[in-house]
Amino acid sequence: MADGSRTIVVEDSPSDAGADRPFTINFGPQHPAAHGVLRLVLELDGEVVERVDPHIGLLHRGTEKLIEHKTYLQSIPYFDRLDYVAPMNQEHAFVLAAEKLLGCEVPRRGQIIRVLYSEIGRILSHLLNVTTQAMDVGALTPPLWGFEEREKLMTFYERACGARLHSNYFRVGGVHKDLPQKLIDDIYAWTETFPKVSDEIEGLITDNRIFKQRNVDIGVVSKQEALDWGFTGVMLRGSGVPWDLRKSQPYEIYDELDFDIVLGKNGDCYDRYVVRIEEMKQSLRIMRQCIEMLEPGPVMSEDGKVAPPRRAEMKESMEALIHHFKLYTEGTKVPAGEVYTAVEAPKGEFGVYLVSDGSNRPYRCKIRAPGYAHLQAMDWMNKGHMLADVSAIIGTLDVVFGEIDR
Amino acid sequence: MSTTLLDDLTELEDHIASQLGENLISSQVAYGELTLTVPCKQITGTLKFLREDPMCRFTQLMDLAGVDYPERRKRFDVVYHLLSMETNLRVRVKLANAEGDTVPTATGVFPNADWYEREAFDMYGIVFEGHPDLRRLLTDYGFEGHPLRKDFPLTGYTEVRWDDEQQRVIYEPVQLTQEYRNFDYLSPWEGSQYVLPGDEKAEGNKN
Repeated sequence: MADGSRTIVVEDSPSDAGADRPFTINFGPQHPAAHGVLRLVLELDGEVVERVDPHIGLLHRGTEKLIEHKTYLQSIPYFDRLDYVAPMNQEHAFVLAAEKLLGCEVPRRGQIIRVLYSEIGRILSHLLNVTTQAMDVGALTPPLWGFEEREKLMTFYERACGARLHSNYFRVGGVHKDLPQKLIDDIYAWTETFPKVSDEIEGLITDNRIFKQRNVDIGVVSKQEALDWGFTGVMLRGSGVPWDLRKSQPYEIYDELDFDIVLGKNGDCYDRYVVRIEEMKQSLRIMRQCIEMLEPGPVMSEDGKVAPPRRAEMKESMEALIHHFKLYTEGTKVPAGEVYTAVEAPKGEFGVYLVSDGSNRPYRCKIRAPGYAHLQAMDWMNKGHMLADVSAIIGTLDVVFGEIDR
Repeated sequence: MSTTLLDDLTELEDHIASQLGENLISSQVAYGELTLTVPCKQITGTLKFLREDPMCRFTQLMDLAGVDYPERRKRFDVVYHLLSMETNLRVRVKLANAEGDTVPTATGVFPNADWYEREAFDMYGIVFEGHPDLRRLLTDYGFEGHPLRKDFPLTGYTEVRWDDEQQRVIYEPVQLTQEYRNFDYLSPWEGSQYVLPGDEKAEGNKN
């Protein structure tokens, strides 16, 4: 410093020559390939990784603590801020948990809209992941092309709920507002144009020599390892385990839909990339089926203790006015009990363990983020790989720090 | 929820109850979910049984959560969520733990319990005996206290800011420009436990 009030002593790290001490480097927290604020302490032998110690929590906001101080309605926006590349999938798990405790039925149109938007969320997330995975290993064009499509999808988010990212659209008992027909038509039109774009992106990546050299046989996860470490979602299916909550424990209308589970063979980074690409195609199929199934009807439960009354009704009905006032001050009282609900979020099983004490606020809301389970596998997945492979493996884990740090 | 699921769960509950015997404090099926309560010291054995038993095969630990009930003598609950991909069922295992007591670690049975236990230690101060590396995980370096305990204030105790003079980030006690407002929206006719202003006279007249 100019006035010399502080001197910085720069010490050379002790020489490694002949010493047993491994060479340690810091990866992150502000590294573009860390996909957010991840700090890794890497121990290296030459360029080979020997140990990885992830330091997480740099984005810890105390979501679970905050939710304990909010009503159920006020808690929903916190879920958008977990995995912020696919916000509605998170909200879904929470509203399903509250509905399970309340014993509340969701009208059919509401269920279909939820599934439709969950699948949009899946494409949003996979599109971000496959293209940034390519960027992590050196390609710059795929993310630019991918983000253009993401922008279109986020416009659909905006037209449904008013916000591009933090949607706050799902409600206990349904969804906040109905979709206009024009929006539904536009989404359908998009599902017809997207395959071309996804083919173009695939044309850039799938058979790309550099991409293959950097991903094939990197970060191999065997079936047994994937099961032992509690992997879910693509991390599990990439290793060839046919497990998808949408098929095995279907919620909403998933049991009526026709779609396939995509499986990988080798469990390496490349297989997981292919699985994500194929899952986007399956999501398109689901979206089209949803749009065809949509029929006019209510999107929100008619139960005045759970869902707000319509504005017009409030002008004439005293009861509706009381319900409205009670809902937006006291909120919904949820019967005491505990439930665990899980949805197949783009990154894997996203679960909410909700404990209610019968009041208008959750007593405890534990969020089970899929990325959390995946990231703790960093150590053994990287062992023996080169330093450059670390970024490929972080990319394939599909980590988003909003949900890992909570 | 389907009746077959409920049948499966009840059948499983009977099987587990007969196998665990005295090592099962209670079990119940509520909201279509099976909950087992076991003694704290038996947790490793129970998890191993649930993992190995041919009728259970709960091979995956999906989640591990702490819950705080400050009014209880054993204030903490540790809740394990297991999933069986073979039977397509889930089970919840609970144990109660007093402050200062240790819980045997589950890392020997489920390797991914590692970070979940570190988180529970960080958030609640629950100590897992035998855990290979029980460090704080989510909170700041040098953080004190356990933030998810019910007696930990929502605003915390310290706040950080960049100090221009010292040219570094400094920690200071939290100073709120406005007192934290914790509104109680519960209906005074149904839920609330306090005496409304003015009502104390009416209460006094009764005696």
